Amino acid sequence: MFECQRNEIQQEVNTIVRKYGRTRNYLLPILQELNRKFSYINNYMIEAVSNALDISPAEVHGVVTFYSFLNETPKGKYIIRLCKTISCDMAGKDRIVRVLEKELGISFGETTKDGLFSLEYTNCIGMCSEGPAMLVNEEVYSKLCPEKVVDILEFYKNGARKRA
Amino acid sequence: MKNSKKRILFGEYIVGSGLAAALKLKPKEVVNEVKKSELRGRGGAGFPTGLKWESAAVQKADQKFIICNADEGEPGTFKDRLLLMEHPGKILEGMAIAGYAIGAHHGIIYLRGEYVYLKKGIEERIDHMKATNLLGDKILGKRFNFDVEIRLGAGAYVCGEEFALIESLNGRRGEPRNKPPFPTEKGYLDKPTVVQNVETLCYVPYIIANGAEWFRTHGTMKSTGTKLFSISGDVENPGVYEVELGITVRELLEMVGAKDTKAVQVGGASGICVSEKDFDKPIAFEGLPPGGSIIVFNHSRKMLHVLENFMEFFVEESCGQCTPCREGNYRLLEGVRLLKKGDCTVAYLRDLMELARVMQISSKCGLGQMSPNPFISIIENFKDEILYS
Ligand code: SF4
Ligand code: FES
Repeated sequence: MFECQRNEIQQEVNTIVRKYGRTRNYLLPILQELNRKFSYINNYMIEAVSNALDISPAEVHGVVTFYSFLNETPKGKYIIRLCKTISCDMAGKDRIVRVLEKELGISFGETTKDGLFSLEYTNCIGMCSEGPAMLVNEEVYSKLCPEKVVDILEFYKNGARKRA
Repeated sequence: MKNSKKRILFGEYIVGSGLAAALKLKPKEVVNEVKKSELRGRGGAGFPTGLKWESAAVQKADQKFIICNADEGEPGTFKDRLLLMEHPGKILEGMAIAGYAIGAHHGIIYLRGEYVYLKKGIEERIDHMKATNLLGDKILGKRFNFDVEIRLGAGAYVCGEEFALIESLNGRRGEPRNKPPFPTEKGYLDKPTVVQNVETLCYVPYIIANGAEWFRTHGTMKSTGTKLFSISGDVENPGVYEVELGITVRELLEMVGAKDTKAVQVGGASGICVSEKDFDKPIAFEGLPPGGSIIVFNHSRKMLHVLENFMEFFVEESCGQCTPCREGNYRLLEGVRLLKKGDCTVAYLRDLMELARVMQISSKCGLGQMSPNPFISIIENFKDEILYS
Protein backbone atom coordinates (compact mmCIF):
# COMPACT_ATOMS: atom_id res chain seq x y z
CA MET A 1 0.00 0.00 0.00
CA PHE A 2 1.25 3.48 -0.84
CA GLU A 3 2.39 5.86 1.85
CA CYS A 4 -0.24 8.43 0.85
CA GLN A 5 -3.06 5.89 1.13
CA ARG A 6 -1.88 4.92 4.57
CA ASN A 7 -1.84 8.53 5.63
CA GLU A 8 -5.32 9.04 4.32
CA ILE A 9 -6.58 6.02 6.25
CA GLN A 10 -4.82 7.06 9.44
CA GLN A 11 -6.27 10.54 9.20
CA GLU A 12 -9.75 9.24 8.56
CA VAL A 13 -9.51 6.84 11.50
CA ASN A 14 -8.31 9.67 13.74
CA THR A 15 -11.22 11.89 12.75
CA ILE A 16 -13.83 9.18 13.22
CA VAL A 17 -12.43 7.99 16.54
CA ARG A 18 -12.34 11.55 17.80
CA LYS A 19 -16.03 11.87 16.92
CA TYR A 20 -17.13 8.76 18.85
CA GLY A 21 -14.54 8.60 21.60
CA ARG A 22 -12.08 5.81 22.30
CA THR A 23 -14.56 3.39 23.80
CA ARG A 24 -15.17 -0.13 22.64
CA ASN A 25 -18.93 0.23 22.49
CA TYR A 26 -18.60 2.56 19.50
CA LEU A 27 -16.54 0.08 17.50
CA LEU A 28 -19.41 -0.77 15.17
CA PRO A 29 -20.30 2.85 14.28
CA ILE A 30 -16.60 3.54 13.67
CA LEU A 31 -16.29 0.57 11.32
CA GLN A 32 -19.54 1.53 9.60
CA GLU A 33 -18.18 4.97 8.79
CA LEU A 34 -14.93 3.57 7.45
CA ASN A 35 -16.87 1.10 5.36
CA ARG A 36 -19.03 3.87 3.94
CA LYS A 37 -16.02 6.03 3.13
CA PHE A 38 -13.72 3.40 1.55
CA SER A 39 -16.36 0.79 0.50
CA TYR A 40 -14.46 -1.85 2.48
CA ILE A 41 -12.26 -2.41 5.51
CA ASN A 42 -8.71 -3.67 4.95
CA ASN A 43 -6.07 -4.94 7.37
CA TYR A 44 -4.43 -1.57 7.65
CA MET A 45 -7.69 0.01 8.76
CA ILE A 46 -8.24 -2.82 11.23
CA GLU A 47 -4.82 -2.15 12.73
CA ALA A 48 -5.37 1.58 12.90
CA VAL A 49 -8.70 1.10 14.69
CA SER A 50 -7.32 -1.49 17.08
CA ASN A 51 -4.46 0.87 18.00
CA ALA A 52 -6.82 3.77 18.52
CA LEU A 53 -9.21 1.82 20.75
CA ASP A 54 -6.53 -0.32 22.36
CA ILE A 55 -8.13 -3.66 21.53
CA SER A 56 -6.59 -6.60 19.70
CA PRO A 57 -6.68 -6.54 15.88
CA ALA A 58 -8.08 -10.07 15.99
CA GLU A 59 -11.11 -8.75 17.90
CA VAL A 60 -11.68 -5.98 15.38
CA HIS A 61 -11.25 -8.43 12.53
CA GLY A 62 -13.77 -10.75 14.19
CA VAL A 63 -16.33 -7.94 14.22
CA VAL A 64 -15.67 -7.00 10.59
CA THR A 65 -16.22 -10.57 9.39
CA PHE A 66 -19.38 -11.01 11.46
CA TYR A 67 -21.56 -8.34 9.85
CA SER A 68 -22.59 -8.79 6.24
CA PHE A 69 -22.73 -5.02 5.60
CA LEU A 70 -19.04 -4.62 6.47
CA ASN A 71 -17.02 -5.57 3.40
CA GLU A 72 -13.62 -7.17 3.37
CA THR A 73 -12.98 -6.48 -0.30
CA PRO A 74 -13.59 -3.28 -2.31
CA LYS A 75 -17.13 -2.92 -3.63
CA GLY A 76 -18.78 -0.83 -6.29
CA LYS A 77 -19.94 2.68 -5.60
CA TYR A 78 -23.50 1.40 -5.54
CA ILE A 79 -24.22 -1.92 -3.87
CA ILE A 80 -27.43 -3.49 -5.09
CA ARG A 81 -28.88 -5.95 -2.60
CA LEU A 82 -31.78 -7.95 -3.96
CA CYS A 83 -34.00 -9.75 -1.48
CA LYS A 84 -34.08 -13.49 -2.11
CA THR A 85 -36.37 -14.53 0.75
CA ILE A 86 -39.59 -16.39 0.08
CA SER A 87 -42.19 -13.61 -0.39
CA CYS A 88 -39.99 -11.75 -2.87
CA ASP A 89 -39.08 -15.06 -4.47
CA MET A 90 -42.77 -15.80 -5.05
CA ALA A 91 -43.33 -12.29 -6.35
CA GLY A 92 -40.91 -12.90 -9.20
CA LYS A 93 -37.40 -12.32 -7.90
CA ASP A 94 -35.84 -14.53 -10.59
CA ARG A 95 -37.00 -12.20 -13.34
CA ILE A 96 -35.23 -9.34 -11.60
CA VAL A 97 -32.07 -11.42 -11.21
CA ARG A 98 -31.96 -11.94 -14.97
CA VAL A 99 -32.49 -8.26 -15.81
CA LEU A 100 -29.84 -7.08 -13.36
CA GLU A 101 -27.26 -9.58 -14.57
CA LYS A 102 -27.96 -8.87 -18.20
CA GLU A 103 -28.03 -5.08 -17.99
CA LEU A 104 -24.87 -4.89 -15.88
CA GLY A 105 -23.04 -7.75 -17.61
CA ILE A 106 -22.02 -9.35 -14.31
CA SER A 107 -23.24 -12.13 -12.04
CA PHE A 108 -24.36 -11.85 -8.44
CA GLY A 109 -21.33 -11.53 -6.17
CA GLU A 110 -19.44 -9.45 -8.77
CA THR A 111 -18.67 -5.78 -9.34
CA THR A 112 -18.81 -4.01 -12.71
CA LYS A 113 -15.46 -3.12 -14.32
CA ASP A 114 -16.10 0.61 -13.98
CA GLY A 115 -16.50 0.10 -10.23
CA LEU A 116 -20.02 1.52 -10.26
CA PHE A 117 -22.22 -1.44 -9.24
CA SER A 118 -21.92 -4.55 -7.09
CA LEU A 119 -24.64 -7.20 -7.15
CA GLU A 120 -25.51 -9.06 -3.98
CA TYR A 121 -28.33 -11.02 -2.48
CA THR A 122 -29.77 -10.17 0.90
CA ASN A 123 -32.36 -11.71 3.16
CA CYS A 124 -35.77 -10.20 3.91
CA ILE A 125 -35.65 -6.39 4.02
CA GLY A 126 -39.18 -5.86 5.33
CA MET A 127 -40.88 -5.10 2.00
CA CYS A 128 -42.52 -8.52 1.69
CA SER A 129 -45.94 -7.17 0.72
CA GLU A 130 -44.37 -5.17 -2.11
CA GLY A 131 -41.92 -7.64 -3.60
CA PRO A 132 -39.67 -8.05 -5.41
CA ALA A 133 -37.61 -5.54 -3.47
CA MET A 134 -34.01 -4.40 -3.30
CA LEU A 135 -31.73 -1.88 -1.65
CA VAL A 136 -29.32 0.35 -3.55
CA ASN A 137 -26.92 1.56 -0.87
CA GLU A 138 -29.32 3.20 1.60
CA GLU A 139 -32.40 3.48 -0.61
CA VAL A 140 -35.15 0.89 -0.89
CA TYR A 141 -37.02 0.00 -4.10
CA SER A 142 -40.07 -2.25 -4.22
CA LYS A 143 -42.61 -3.70 -6.67
CA LEU A 144 -39.78 -4.16 -9.13
CA CYS A 145 -40.37 -5.06 -12.74
CA PRO A 146 -37.75 -5.25 -15.51
CA GLU A 147 -38.49 -1.76 -16.91
CA LYS A 148 -38.34 -0.21 -13.46
CA VAL A 149 -34.99 -1.86 -12.76
CA VAL A 150 -33.52 -0.40 -15.94
CA ASP A 151 -34.77 3.07 -14.93
CA ILE A 152 -33.16 2.71 -11.52
CA LEU A 153 -29.84 1.67 -13.03
CA GLU A 154 -29.98 4.63 -15.45
CA PHE A 155 -30.64 6.97 -12.56
CA TYR A 156 -27.52 5.86 -10.73
CA LYS A 157 -25.39 5.83 -13.87
CA ASN A 158 -26.41 9.43 -14.60
CA GLY A 159 -25.95 10.54 -11.03
CA ALA A 160 -22.49 9.06 -11.01
CA ARG A 161 -21.63 10.81 -14.27
CA LYS A 162 -22.82 14.15 -12.99
CA ARG A 163 -20.85 13.87 -9.79
CA ALA A 164 -17.64 12.63 -11.50
CA MET B 1 -66.47 -12.87 17.87
CA LYS B 2 -62.81 -12.31 17.21
CA ASN B 3 -63.58 -10.17 14.22
CA SER B 4 -64.93 -7.30 16.27
CA LYS B 5 -62.98 -4.40 14.87
CA LYS B 6 -61.06 -3.34 17.95
CA ARG B 7 -57.97 -1.27 17.30
CA ILE B 8 -55.31 0.15 19.56
CA LEU B 9 -52.21 1.19 17.63
CA PHE B 10 -54.21 2.15 14.57
CA GLY B 11 -56.87 3.86 16.67
CA GLU B 12 -57.08 7.25 18.37
CA TYR B 13 -54.25 8.61 20.45
CA ILE B 14 -53.43 11.96 22.02
CA VAL B 15 -49.70 12.67 21.80
CA GLY B 16 -48.06 12.84 25.21
CA SER B 17 -51.09 11.61 27.17
CA GLY B 18 -49.43 8.33 28.16
CA LEU B 19 -46.24 10.00 29.29
CA ALA B 20 -48.13 12.70 31.19
CA ALA B 21 -50.21 10.06 32.98
CA ALA B 22 -47.09 8.03 33.81
CA LEU B 23 -45.26 10.98 35.33
CA LYS B 24 -48.18 11.56 37.70
CA LEU B 25 -47.68 8.05 39.10
CA LYS B 26 -44.80 6.62 41.10
CA PRO B 27 -42.40 4.50 39.00
CA LYS B 28 -43.56 1.44 40.89
CA GLU B 29 -47.17 2.14 40.01
CA VAL B 30 -46.25 2.34 36.33
CA VAL B 31 -44.59 -1.08 36.55
CA ASN B 32 -47.66 -2.46 38.29
CA GLU B 33 -50.04 -1.10 35.67
CA VAL B 34 -48.02 -2.73 32.89
CA LYS B 35 -47.91 -5.95 34.89
CA LYS B 36 -51.67 -5.88 35.34
CA SER B 37 -52.20 -5.34 31.61
CA GLU B 38 -50.46 -8.67 31.00
CA LEU B 39 -48.77 -7.18 27.97
CA ARG B 40 -46.30 -9.66 26.50
CA GLY B 41 -43.37 -8.97 24.19
CA ARG B 42 -44.45 -8.65 20.57
CA GLY B 43 -41.10 -9.69 19.10
CA GLY B 44 -42.00 -13.36 19.21
CA ALA B 45 -40.72 -14.72 22.53
CA GLY B 46 -43.65 -13.24 24.46
CA PHE B 47 -41.98 -12.51 27.78
CA PRO B 48 -44.28 -10.54 30.15
CA THR B 49 -43.24 -6.88 29.82
CA GLY B 50 -44.12 -5.87 33.38
CA LEU B 51 -41.99 -8.64 34.89
CA LYS B 52 -39.03 -7.58 32.78
CA TRP B 53 -39.40 -3.99 33.98
CA GLU B 54 -39.76 -5.08 37.57
CA SER B 55 -36.55 -7.08 37.52
CA ALA B 56 -34.66 -4.10 36.08
CA ALA B 57 -36.33 -1.64 38.45
CA VAL B 58 -35.12 -3.43 41.58
CA GLN B 59 -31.46 -3.40 40.45
CA LYS B 60 -29.19 -0.87 42.08
CA ALA B 61 -26.94 0.74 39.48
CA ASP B 62 -25.58 4.16 38.56
CA GLN B 63 -26.90 3.75 35.03
CA LYS B 64 -29.67 1.76 33.36
CA PHE B 65 -30.75 1.53 29.74
CA ILE B 66 -33.88 1.10 27.65
CA ILE B 67 -33.25 -0.43 24.27
CA CYS B 68 -35.76 -0.51 21.48
CA ASN B 69 -35.17 -3.57 19.34
CA ALA B 70 -35.77 -2.30 15.80
CA ASP B 71 -33.82 -5.10 14.20
CA GLU B 72 -36.88 -6.52 12.49
CA GLY B 73 -35.52 -9.33 10.32
CA GLU B 74 -37.88 -12.26 10.56
CA PRO B 75 -38.81 -13.21 6.99
CA GLY B 76 -42.28 -11.94 6.19
CA THR B 77 -42.34 -9.27 8.92
CA PHE B 78 -42.62 -5.57 8.16
CA LYS B 79 -44.94 -4.14 10.83
CA ASP B 80 -42.08 -2.54 12.78
CA ARG B 81 -40.97 -0.72 9.65
CA LEU B 82 -44.45 0.75 9.41
CA LEU B 83 -44.42 1.80 13.08
CA LEU B 84 -40.94 3.33 12.76
CA MET B 85 -42.07 5.22 9.71
CA GLU B 86 -45.56 6.35 10.74
CA HIS B 87 -45.69 6.17 14.54
CA PRO B 88 -42.19 6.96 15.88
CA GLY B 89 -43.68 9.20 18.57
CA LYS B 90 -45.46 6.26 20.23
CA ILE B 91 -42.24 4.26 20.29
CA LEU B 92 -40.30 7.13 21.87
CA GLU B 93 -43.03 7.80 24.39
CA GLY B 94 -43.08 4.11 25.31
CA MET B 95 -39.31 4.21 25.81
CA ALA B 96 -39.52 7.27 28.05
CA ILE B 97 -42.26 5.67 30.15
CA ALA B 98 -40.17 2.50 30.47
CA GLY B 99 -37.18 4.65 31.45
CA TYR B 100 -39.20 6.41 34.14
CA ALA B 101 -40.50 3.07 35.45
CA ILE B 102 -37.09 1.42 35.87
CA GLY B 103 -34.98 4.50 36.56
CA ALA B 104 -33.15 4.82 33.22
CA HIS B 105 -32.27 8.11 31.57
CA HIS B 106 -30.89 6.87 28.33
CA GLY B 107 -32.56 5.01 25.48
CA ILE B 108 -31.11 3.45 22.36
CA ILE B 109 -32.95 2.47 19.22
CA TYR B 110 -31.08 -0.37 17.54
CA LEU B 111 -32.21 0.09 13.95
CA ARG B 112 -31.36 -2.63 11.45
CA GLY B 113 -28.92 -1.47 8.79
CA GLU B 114 -31.44 -2.29 6.07
CA TYR B 115 -33.76 0.38 7.53
CA VAL B 116 -31.21 3.21 7.57
CA TYR B 117 -33.55 5.27 5.35
CA LEU B 118 -35.92 5.53 8.32
CA LYS B 119 -33.31 7.15 10.53
CA LYS B 120 -33.93 10.73 9.47
CA GLY B 121 -37.65 10.60 10.22
CA ILE B 122 -37.04 9.18 13.70
CA GLU B 123 -34.40 11.82 14.41
CA GLU B 124 -36.82 14.54 13.41
CA ARG B 125 -39.40 13.12 15.77
CA ILE B 126 -36.82 13.05 18.59
CA ASP B 127 -36.00 16.72 17.94
CA HIS B 128 -39.66 17.61 17.85
CA MET B 129 -40.34 15.83 21.12
CA LYS B 130 -37.40 17.61 22.70
CA ALA B 131 -38.79 20.92 21.52
CA THR B 132 -42.19 20.09 23.03
CA ASN B 133 -40.64 18.85 26.29
CA LEU B 134 -41.61 15.20 25.83
CA LEU B 135 -37.95 14.17 25.75
CA GLY B 136 -34.77 15.71 27.09
CA ASP B 137 -34.39 17.45 30.45
CA LYS B 138 -37.20 17.93 32.99
CA ILE B 139 -39.82 16.24 30.88
CA LEU B 140 -43.23 17.95 31.21
CA GLY B 141 -41.77 19.98 34.04
CA LYS B 142 -41.12 16.90 36.22
CA ARG B 143 -37.79 15.81 37.59
CA PHE B 144 -37.19 13.22 34.92
CA ASN B 145 -34.62 13.35 32.08
CA PHE B 146 -34.57 10.98 29.16
CA ASP B 147 -32.73 11.08 25.85
CA VAL B 148 -32.64 8.69 22.91
CA GLU B 149 -29.86 7.75 20.54
CA ILE B 150 -30.13 5.75 17.31
CA ARG B 151 -27.57 3.06 16.51
CA LEU B 152 -27.44 1.05 13.31
CA GLY B 153 -27.11 -2.68 12.82
CA ALA B 154 -25.03 -4.04 9.97
CA GLY B 155 -26.88 -6.93 8.38
CA ALA B 156 -27.14 -9.76 10.92
CA TYR B 157 -30.51 -11.41 11.62
CA VAL B 158 -29.27 -12.95 14.86
CA CYS B 159 -28.86 -9.45 16.37
CA GLY B 160 -32.63 -9.46 16.85
CA GLU B 161 -31.91 -11.84 19.76
CA GLU B 162 -31.61 -9.57 22.77
CA PHE B 163 -28.19 -10.65 23.94
CA ALA B 164 -26.70 -10.63 20.46
CA LEU B 165 -28.11 -7.12 20.10
CA ILE B 166 -26.46 -6.00 23.32
CA GLU B 167 -23.16 -7.57 22.30
CA SER B 168 -23.40 -5.69 19.02
CA LEU B 169 -23.95 -2.42 20.89
CA ASN B 170 -20.99 -3.26 23.11
CA GLY B 171 -18.82 -3.39 19.98
CA ARG B 172 -18.60 -7.15 19.64
CA ARG B 173 -19.71 -9.92 17.32
CA GLY B 174 -23.46 -10.30 17.69
CA GLU B 175 -23.32 -13.66 19.42
CA PRO B 176 -26.01 -14.75 21.88
CA ARG B 177 -24.84 -16.01 25.24
CA ASN B 178 -26.20 -18.21 27.97
CA LYS B 179 -28.48 -16.71 30.60
CA PRO B 180 -28.38 -15.86 33.49
CA PRO B 181 -27.26 -13.20 34.00
CA PHE B 182 -30.18 -11.63 32.18
CA PRO B 183 -29.89 -8.26 30.41
CA THR B 184 -32.02 -6.76 33.19
CA GLU B 185 -29.07 -7.53 35.49
CA LYS B 186 -26.10 -7.16 33.16
CA GLY B 187 -26.79 -5.73 29.73
CA TYR B 188 -25.43 -2.81 27.74
CA LEU B 189 -22.10 -1.72 29.30
CA ASP B 190 -22.86 -4.39 31.90
CA LYS B 191 -25.65 -2.22 33.33
CA PRO B 192 -29.29 -3.26 33.89
CA THR B 193 -30.97 -3.06 30.50
CA VAL B 194 -34.48 -3.58 29.24
CA VAL B 195 -34.74 -4.63 25.60
CA GLN B 196 -38.18 -4.26 24.09
CA ASN B 197 -39.57 -4.79 20.62
CA VAL B 198 -40.84 -1.74 18.67
CA GLU B 199 -44.46 -2.86 18.74
CA THR B 200 -44.43 -3.70 22.45
CA LEU B 201 -43.27 -0.18 23.29
CA CYS B 202 -46.08 1.31 21.21
CA TYR B 203 -48.76 -0.26 23.43
CA VAL B 204 -47.23 1.19 26.59
CA PRO B 205 -48.53 4.79 26.32
CA TYR B 206 -52.05 3.46 25.64
CA ILE B 207 -51.94 1.16 28.65
CA ILE B 208 -50.87 3.98 30.96
CA ALA B 209 -53.31 6.51 29.49
CA ASN B 210 -56.34 4.18 29.37
CA GLY B 211 -55.53 1.66 32.09
CA ALA B 212 -54.67 -2.01 32.25
CA GLU B 213 -58.34 -3.00 32.55
CA TRP B 214 -59.17 -1.38 29.26
CA PHE B 215 -56.24 -3.10 27.55
CA ARG B 216 -57.38 -6.46 28.85
CA THR B 217 -60.75 -6.09 27.16
CA HIS B 218 -58.82 -6.84 23.96
CA GLY B 219 -57.62 -10.30 22.98
CA THR B 220 -57.98 -13.52 24.97
CA MET B 221 -57.49 -14.40 28.63
CA LYS B 222 -53.89 -15.47 28.10
CA SER B 223 -53.05 -13.17 25.20
CA THR B 224 -54.25 -9.70 26.03
CA GLY B 225 -54.33 -6.84 23.57
CA THR B 226 -54.15 -6.57 19.83
CA LYS B 227 -51.32 -7.52 17.51
CA LEU B 228 -50.01 -6.30 14.21
CA PHE B 229 -49.82 -8.92 11.50
CA SER B 230 -47.63 -8.59 8.43
CA ILE B 231 -49.31 -10.53 5.67
CA SER B 232 -47.68 -11.40 2.37
CA GLY B 233 -47.60 -14.09 -0.30
CA ASP B 234 -50.58 -15.31 -2.31
CA VAL B 235 -53.25 -12.91 -1.10
CA GLU B 236 -55.21 -10.14 -2.74
CA ASN B 237 -54.54 -7.45 -0.14
CA PRO B 238 -51.16 -7.92 1.53
CA GLY B 239 -50.07 -5.46 4.21
CA VAL B 240 -50.09 -4.73 7.93
CA TYR B 241 -53.30 -5.45 9.87
CA GLU B 242 -54.16 -4.88 13.51
CA VAL B 243 -56.36 -7.60 14.97
CA GLU B 244 -57.04 -9.09 18.37
CA LEU B 245 -54.96 -12.04 19.46
CA GLY B 246 -56.93 -15.23 19.21
CA ILE B 247 -57.95 -14.72 15.59
CA THR B 248 -57.90 -17.92 13.54
CA VAL B 249 -55.87 -18.51 10.41
CA ARG B 250 -59.06 -18.82 8.38
CA GLU B 251 -60.38 -15.48 9.61
CA LEU B 252 -57.09 -13.83 8.66
CA LEU B 253 -57.17 -15.40 5.21
CA GLU B 254 -60.72 -14.15 4.63
CA MET B 255 -59.74 -10.67 5.75
CA VAL B 256 -56.94 -10.35 3.19
CA GLY B 257 -58.68 -12.09 0.32
CA ALA B 258 -56.67 -15.29 0.07
CA LYS B 259 -58.00 -17.85 -2.39
CA ASP B 260 -56.98 -21.40 -3.15
CA THR B 261 -54.73 -21.48 -0.08
CA LYS B 262 -52.66 -24.61 0.43
CA ALA B 263 -50.40 -23.60 3.31
CA VAL B 264 -49.73 -20.74 5.70
CA GLN B 265 -46.41 -20.05 7.39
CA VAL B 266 -47.35 -18.61 10.78
CA GLY B 267 -44.68 -16.70 12.71
CA GLY B 268 -42.08 -16.24 9.99
CA ALA B 269 -39.32 -18.58 8.89
CA SER B 270 -38.87 -19.71 12.48
CA GLY B 271 -42.60 -20.26 12.90
CA ILE B 272 -44.61 -23.21 11.70
CA CYS B 273 -46.29 -24.08 8.45
CA VAL B 274 -49.90 -25.20 8.69
CA SER B 275 -52.18 -26.89 6.18
CA GLU B 276 -55.95 -26.63 5.78
CA LYS B 277 -56.67 -28.96 8.71
CA ASP B 278 -55.27 -26.36 11.13
CA PHE B 279 -56.83 -23.22 9.64
CA ASP B 280 -59.34 -22.99 12.49
CA LYS B 281 -56.68 -22.81 15.20
CA PRO B 282 -56.24 -19.46 16.92
CA ILE B 283 -53.07 -17.40 16.73
CA ALA B 284 -52.13 -16.46 20.30
CA PHE B 285 -49.51 -17.17 22.94
CA GLU B 286 -51.53 -20.29 23.79
CA GLY B 287 -52.02 -21.21 20.11
CA LEU B 288 -50.10 -20.83 16.85
CA PRO B 289 -46.98 -18.60 17.19
CA PRO B 290 -48.10 -14.96 17.42
CA GLY B 291 -44.96 -13.31 15.97
CA GLY B 292 -47.15 -11.64 13.36
CA SER B 293 -45.55 -12.81 10.13
CA ILE B 294 -48.05 -14.58 7.89
CA ILE B 295 -46.92 -15.92 4.53
CA VAL B 296 -49.59 -17.50 2.36
CA PHE B 297 -49.00 -20.17 -0.29
CA ASN B 298 -51.58 -21.23 -2.87
CA HIS B 299 -51.81 -24.62 -4.56
CA SER B 300 -49.35 -23.71 -7.30
CA ARG B 301 -46.45 -23.50 -4.82
CA LYS B 302 -44.02 -26.34 -4.20
CA MET B 303 -43.49 -26.82 -0.48
CA LEU B 304 -39.96 -28.18 -0.88
CA HIS B 305 -38.97 -25.00 -2.67
CA VAL B 306 -40.40 -22.99 0.22
CA LEU B 307 -38.56 -25.12 2.75
CA GLU B 308 -35.27 -24.86 0.85
CA ASN B 309 -35.60 -21.06 0.91
CA PHE B 310 -36.10 -21.07 4.69
CA MET B 311 -33.23 -23.46 5.36
CA GLU B 312 -30.86 -21.41 3.18
CA PHE B 313 -31.86 -18.44 5.30
CA PHE B 314 -30.92 -20.18 8.55
CA VAL B 315 -27.65 -21.55 7.22
CA GLU B 316 -26.64 -18.01 6.28
CA GLU B 317 -27.86 -16.35 9.46
CA SER B 318 -26.65 -18.84 12.09
CA CYS B 319 -23.92 -17.12 14.06
CA GLY B 320 -21.98 -20.37 14.05
CA GLN B 321 -21.24 -20.34 17.73
CA CYS B 322 -22.79 -23.66 18.67
CA THR B 323 -22.69 -26.96 16.82
CA PRO B 324 -26.34 -28.09 16.74
CA CYS B 325 -27.33 -24.92 14.91
CA ARG B 326 -24.28 -24.38 12.71
CA GLU B 327 -24.03 -27.98 11.57
CA GLY B 328 -27.67 -28.97 11.98
CA ASN B 329 -29.15 -26.33 9.69
CA TYR B 330 -26.59 -27.24 7.06
CA ARG B 331 -27.58 -30.91 7.27
CA LEU B 332 -31.28 -30.08 7.07
CA LEU B 333 -30.70 -27.96 3.97
CA GLU B 334 -28.70 -30.76 2.40
CA GLY B 335 -31.56 -33.11 3.18
CA VAL B 336 -34.09 -30.82 1.50
CA ARG B 337 -31.94 -30.78 -1.61
CA LEU B 338 -31.73 -34.58 -1.60
CA LEU B 339 -35.52 -34.72 -1.30
CA LYS B 340 -35.84 -32.36 -4.24
CA LYS B 341 -33.73 -34.67 -6.36
CA GLY B 342 -35.71 -37.66 -5.13
CA ASP B 343 -32.55 -39.10 -3.57
CA CYS B 344 -33.56 -39.08 0.10
CA THR B 345 -34.57 -42.38 1.68
CA VAL B 346 -37.36 -42.45 4.23
CA ALA B 347 -34.91 -43.85 6.78
CA TYR B 348 -32.56 -40.89 6.32
CA LEU B 349 -35.48 -38.48 6.53
CA ARG B 350 -36.33 -40.01 9.91
CA ASP B 351 -32.75 -39.37 11.03
CA LEU B 352 -33.10 -35.76 9.95
CA MET B 353 -36.35 -35.37 11.87
CA GLU B 354 -34.53 -36.71 14.92
CA LEU B 355 -31.71 -34.22 14.33
CA ALA B 356 -34.25 -31.41 14.05
CA ARG B 357 -35.66 -32.32 17.46
CA VAL B 358 -32.19 -32.41 18.99
CA MET B 359 -31.52 -28.93 17.60
CA GLN B 360 -34.71 -27.64 19.24
CA ILE B 361 -33.51 -28.58 22.69
CA SER B 362 -29.73 -28.24 22.43
CA SER B 363 -29.19 -24.97 20.55
CA LYS B 364 -28.02 -22.00 22.54
CA CYS B 365 -30.48 -19.36 21.34
CA GLY B 366 -33.85 -18.99 19.69
CA LEU B 367 -32.44 -19.09 16.19
CA GLY B 368 -31.19 -22.66 16.47
CA GLN B 369 -34.12 -23.72 18.64
CA MET B 370 -36.71 -22.48 16.15
CA SER B 371 -34.99 -23.07 12.81
CA PRO B 372 -36.12 -26.72 12.73
CA ASN B 373 -39.79 -25.61 13.01
CA PRO B 374 -40.42 -25.11 9.30
CA PHE B 375 -38.56 -28.32 8.52
CA ILE B 376 -40.60 -30.44 10.90
CA SER B 377 -43.95 -28.82 10.09
CA ILE B 378 -43.55 -28.80 6.32
CA ILE B 379 -42.38 -32.41 6.19
CA GLU B 380 -45.16 -33.55 8.53
CA ASN B 381 -47.99 -31.56 6.99
CA PHE B 382 -47.08 -32.10 3.35
CA LYS B 383 -45.61 -35.58 3.43
CA ASP B 384 -47.65 -36.85 0.49
CA GLU B 385 -46.53 -34.03 -1.76
CA ILE B 386 -42.91 -34.27 -0.65
CA LEU B 387 -42.33 -38.01 -0.55
CA TYR B 388 -44.84 -39.62 -2.83
CA SER B 389 -45.53 -37.33 -5.74
S1 SF4 C 1 -28.29 -21.35 18.13
FE1 SF4 C 1 -27.30 -20.65 16.23
S2 SF4 C 1 -27.49 -18.45 16.23
FE2 SF4 C 1 -27.90 -19.15 18.34
S3 SF4 C 1 -25.91 -19.08 19.36
FE3 SF4 C 1 -26.07 -21.13 18.52
S4 SF4 C 1 -25.10 -20.97 16.46
FE4 SF4 C 1 -25.52 -18.89 17.16
S1 FES D 1 -39.26 -11.42 1.59
FE1 FES D 1 -38.28 -9.85 0.43
S2 FES D 1 -38.58 -8.17 1.70
FE2 FES D 1 -39.38 -9.75 2.95
